[in-house]
Amino acid sequence: MLTILMLIPLLGSIAVFALPAARETLAKQIALGISIVTACGAVFLTTRLSGLGGGFAVTEKHDWIPAFGISWSLGIDGISGVLIVMATLLVPLVIIAGWNDVEKIGRGTVKGFFSLILILEVFMIGVFAATDLFLFYVFFEAMLVPVYFLIGRFGGPQRAYAAMKFLLYSLVGGLFMLASLIGLYVVSERQLGKGTFDFSALANMNIDPATQKVLFLGFFFAFAIKAPMVPFHTWLPDAAAESTPGTSTLLVGVLDKVGTFGMIRILLPIFPEASKYYTPIIIILAVISIFYGALLAIGQTDMMRLIAFSSVSHFGFIVMGIFAMTSQSMSGATFYMVNHGFSTGALFLVVGFLVSRRGSKKIEDFGGVSKVAPVLAGVFLISGLSSLALPGMSSFVSEFLVLLGTFSVYKDVAIIATFGIVLAAFYILWMYQRTMTGVPSTEVTETVTEITKRELAAIVPILAVIIGLGIFPQVALKVINPTVNQIQTHVGLFDPVASTTPSESGS
Amino acid sequence: MKNSFEYAALAPIVVLLGAGVFSILIEAFVPRTSRRICQLFLVLGSLALSFGYVLINATKTLVGDPATNGGQTHGLRQFAVNGATVIDGAGLFLQGTLILIAFVAALLLAENQVDPQGDAFAARSSTLPGSEDERQFTAQGWTQTEIWPLYLFCVGGMVLFPVANDFLTMFVALEVFSLPLYLMAGMARRRRLLSQEAALKYFVLGAFSSAFFLFGSALIYAVTATMNFGQVSVALENAGQDTLVITGIGMIAIGLLFKVGAVPFHQWIPDVYQGSPTALTAFMGAATKVAAFAAMLRVFYVAFGGMRWDWRPMFWVVAILTMLIGSILAVTQTDIKRMLAFSSIAHAGFLLLGVIATSASGLSSSLLYLFAYGFTTIGSFAVVSLVRDAAGEATHLSQWAGLGKKSPVVATSFALFLLALAGIPLTSGFTGKFAIFTAAIGGGATPLVIVAVIASAIAAFFYARVIVLMFFTEPPVDGPNVVIPSWFTKIAIGVSVAVTLLIGVFPQPLIDLIVSSGIFAS
Repeated sequence: MLTILMLIPLLGSIAVFALPAARETLAKQIALGISIVTACGAVFLTTRLSGLGGGFAVTEKHDWIPAFGISWSLGIDGISGVLIVMATLLVPLVIIAGWNDVEKIGRGTVKGFFSLILILEVFMIGVFAATDLFLFYVFFEAMLVPVYFLIGRFGGPQRAYAAMKFLLYSLVGGLFMLASLIGLYVVSERQLGKGTFDFSALANMNIDPATQKVLFLGFFFAFAIKAPMVPFHTWLPDAAAESTPGTSTLLVGVLDKVGTFGMIRILLPIFPEASKYYTPIIIILAVISIFYGALLAIGQTDMMRLIAFSSVSHFGFIVMGIFAMTSQSMSGATFYMVNHGFSTGALFLVVGFLVSRRGSKKIEDFGGVSKVAPVLAGVFLISGLSSLALPGMSSFVSEFLVLLGTFSVYKDVAIIATFGIVLAAFYILWMYQRTMTGVPSTEVTETVTEITKRELAAIVPILAVIIGLGIFPQVALKVINPTVNQIQTHVGLFDPVASTTPSESGS
Repeated sequence: MKNSFEYAALAPIVVLLGAGVFSILIEAFVPRTSRRICQLFLVLGSLALSFGYVLINATKTLVGDPATNGGQTHGLRQFAVNGATVIDGAGLFLQGTLILIAFVAALLLAENQVDPQGDAFAARSSTLPGSEDERQFTAQGWTQTEIWPLYLFCVGGMVLFPVANDFLTMFVALEVFSLPLYLMAGMARRRRLLSQEAALKYFVLGAFSSAFFLFGSALIYAVTATMNFGQVSVALENAGQDTLVITGIGMIAIGLLFKVGAVPFHQWIPDVYQGSPTALTAFMGAATKVAAFAAMLRVFYVAFGGMRWDWRPMFWVVAILTMLIGSILAVTQTDIKRMLAFSSIAHAGFLLLGVIATSASGLSSSLLYLFAYGFTTIGSFAVVSLVRDAAGEATHLSQWAGLGKKSPVVATSFALFLLALAGIPLTSGFTGKFAIFTAAIGGGATPLVIVAVIASAIAAFFYARVIVLMFFTEPPVDGPNVVIPSWFTKIAIGVSVAVTLLIGVFPQPLIDLIVSSGIFAS
């Protein structure tokens, strides 16, 4: 089933690419249609998860390279399920939002852009759905290629530099992961008699703690670069600022989640001892990320970079939630991943709308937009509020869960981290104030027009999801919680006090 | 002792060397106008025939139980010529690999449409570079076919190299394949001084290293009173740590490390790779590496396998230096051929991990790596030979800017080769690296694998840089063009692309084949 889900965008990508270059509209329409079908399929498959108790659903397994114990195994659990849904929902919206981006850039072909987006979708589904670690690694690396081309070919003036920096950071991280992966394979060869990459088999091994600590680092390094945690984050602002808004949305909203996804779904179950051992330092890094990202976001003059740095801060929260290892914090972190995808995506897309009108990403070039384009400003405000986790928005629920869950084990950390929320309010609202309020300059009145129907079609569904999940978070948490509980049991940690379950306290 | 010569077992070698002799007769008796076509038929035909004999040998029913045959399940496993050679599964696989590589490289050497003046070799090598003679011969469109007998002898020697079972045979094979290479390296049509300089360097250093190899063999003979690998191994078990033995092993190692281009014996590689005609560089980069590692594996697995605790520390140092220096110096290169040359040095370092592992998986992973690497190398140099301007090949990196826009197909296949060299998943380079790293960790060389990963990370930088250059920069105004080659080069590149992808995505059949060929017979 999951293979078919991946085949749909793959075939779509090939079809789009095979079109003659002149049939631009048809290419866009095919891409949009395919991505909508994929999203529906993903939602449908995720409904199969209910009542499974956190294990893998819609699994499949075929031998690929038996000599290395590698198989084509796919399956989804609560965590990967919601992330796949998030990713596949974002793709059609990104396509709608980026409908005319390629023509504006004037480089590359329309069909090239959209077939790259679709091929990226294939890999995004694959990386979350892979239950074979090698397969995961392949998708993890393969994702680099379309993103590299999306940045390098369709990006801004510094695109070559940004694409290269992105590629090198990711490749280096990936190589360390590869080293650990091979180490893990050798360990499994010794313990199980035959080497394997099967996730469940690896999670059920008892690796001795010293080995765990070494192997953990390779994976963690790769994930920390991917998720951008300070100090491995410097590629993200460049990449996000140089890409088209759609690419940035997928890059920050989905691809970076692979890092945090890997932490909760791979690091914790396979290296439980090492995870606990490294928890203090990782929590500290996470708190540093929260503040460093937020402070740098305040200092930015470029809106795309501002959002990128705000994401560094958000990822700090997610990582903190994962490594606090309480059921609330981990559920919250997983839910946070979903919400962050939508809220950051919304911000990137709205900023993209602004940039496409004014031709500048600088905050100082705007001002008074709400006078000339009130709806656009309103959409911008809602997206921003979602990013700063206003109650009623889905991000509030997840941030609250993360802090609550962390508070029950690391009180002081949670209290310090809470100040990060204040900073978030500061950078978002200040950006809003500087760009949207005040007296519009002549350039702004001349160039900034009201939001179009197409743009509304891209942004309204995202905002609907954000508010919808804010009011009914159980929809997602019901899927997430069983898997999180299973991981928690596997790691051997339990909540410190008899806490209420997240789905009761969350809303 | 009864003298024997097992023609069936040695047929692949006999065919090639016989064809070499026949090829000389063609040079002597066939009119100049029809020589090229005759030689091509002879070379490609004899390579195909030789490969056929390898297949026959490889599919023969194996005498005895696989368990006693080192895991080999089919094919010949016998000593020939009184133990001077041994035909076993691994040897047959290496022979097959070499012949396939030689076949593809022969197609490249036969290319005569990319250079408007003729093929890749000098109109008349005996003329002085820049002289009036040279100009006249070139203007008359002379081409020479002497490279073909040289080529056949060279391949014949290489095919003997992996199945040589004593030091003397190995030395003879080494010289048989090296001497033609020295000559051919100096016969480039363009930039002849550079080419002749390369040939001289290659010859002097090569001769020097051969002397080391021979001296080492003599020392080992002095202790063990035998040249035969199996008997050396037995004798060394009793001899223990002897200064002569250690010195002998060291000298043999120097000779072989020179051939594979390991640091600190690597200085010849960039100059020779750069100066030689590119088609020959492709052959040299792929086939010499395979043959030399084949010999090194056999010597250090069979003859010195029992002494591994003595030679491993030295190999550790060499491997670390080779991987790091190869990768780091590659970053600083501005010439594409030199960059690929340093990359080949780094790859020699990775392959040394397979030698150090000294295990069944170390052997099988090395064979896999060699097969994958050989075709990727041929393909990448084949592409290099197509990018030309008025002065010949445009090898300066800056000239490659924007190539992806001018000819996407060529640039994409080159990008694929670079990705394979970098070891990106779904390319053959990844499969090979994965296998060899796994074997190395299994053999207790985890620190080496960490260094290898670091070196790969450094290497990824310069491979990626070329890809960026090709796809994301604007082409220079008076930049070079990609020449449309004849079918020879097209097939060669096509085969390389196919192998690189196939082994990246579906390596299982090849792995099965390698595993079923078992370990070296001793």
